[in-house]
Amino acid sequence: MQVRNALQEFRAAAIAMTPLIVAVMPIGLVFGAVAAAKGLTPAEVTLMSALVFAGGSQFVAMDIWTHPASWAALGFSALLVNIRHVLMSASIGSKLDGFSGPARYASMLLLADEIWAMAEMRASNGKLTPAWYAGLAVPFYCAWVLTSLTGAMVGALLGDPKVIGLDFAFPAVFIILVMGFWKGRETGAVLAASACAAVVTHQLLPGVWYIAAGAAAGVVVAMLSGGHKEAHA
Amino acid sequence: MSVDLNTLLAILAMAVATVATRIGGLVLIRYVTIGENQKRALEAIPPAVLMAVIAPTALVTGPAETIAAAATAVAATRLPLLASVAVGVVSVALLRQVLGGAW
Repeated sequence: MQVRNALQEFRAAAIAMTPLIVAVMPIGLVFGAVAAAKGLTPAEVTLMSALVFAGGSQFVAMDIWTHPASWAALGFSALLVNIRHVLMSASIGSKLDGFSGPARYASMLLLADEIWAMAEMRASNGKLTPAWYAGLAVPFYCAWVLTSLTGAMVGALLGDPKVIGLDFAFPAVFIILVMGFWKGRETGAVLAASACAAVVTHQLLPGVWYIAAGAAAGVVVAMLSGGHKEAHA
Repeated sequence: MSVDLNTLLAILAMAVATVATRIGGLVLIRYVTIGENQKRALEAIPPAVLMAVIAPTALVTGPAETIAAAATAVAATRLPLLASVAVGVVSVALLRQVLGGAW
């Protein structure tokens, strides 16, 4: 009976996740194609999608990829781009009541933005069980890995993604995500500081320092504007 | 089906970094209470990082990229995600044709 309940929960969660799975498929294909254009083999593309499973950092990695690959630069940039996961896991981590100790940590391994958002939604209007979480995460994970592999194989045949603008797909996704974080003037100040610092650093220094510089400038501005508000409160 | 050693090391470094961020929050809430200031700083990280990543592409690559980035941002305020991505991709492809782009 319990097994049957778990299966039903898994299925219901997977159905709830379907629109997001459909949305991630073209992004996975583009990632595979971009990675193949950078000279990665289909095996390497699949390995990266399976082990890293974080689209944002994977696209940034393709942006700064060198031959031979620099593990320090790529690991550091993945850390910077994915630092938001700390907030996400801190938030969802307090809502994993039905999870055993190991299951909590195991589930966090698949904490992609979309899975996190859907898990938060379930926790707010129902009970987030391990079976539900698995129903959100496992099909989405499989879709990401398989479309990456497909993109790497088909993309190599398609040739240069720049001709049809596909290299712009990921900057476009990031622009859309940035717009989603907009919460008024304070966000504008954070974005302006980040953009200025990133562009200047990008012109002056090689590698991914521009991401660190932009992130730091944005955080400093956020803290200053917060302090300002308190001073006048 | 070949895997280069340097590439494998880079992928493993990325995986370790990513897992650290995903586990990080779980560990954090066991030991740290997050106050107002810390929360404000942490909340600024996602938009600041995303903006820093796209700024060089959007602002100093060429006019085609800059215009397409603006078009994508406007589209994002009224269209769903996939449609907005399509606006960005199609406009950058057309603008590169028209303007001769920096690629």
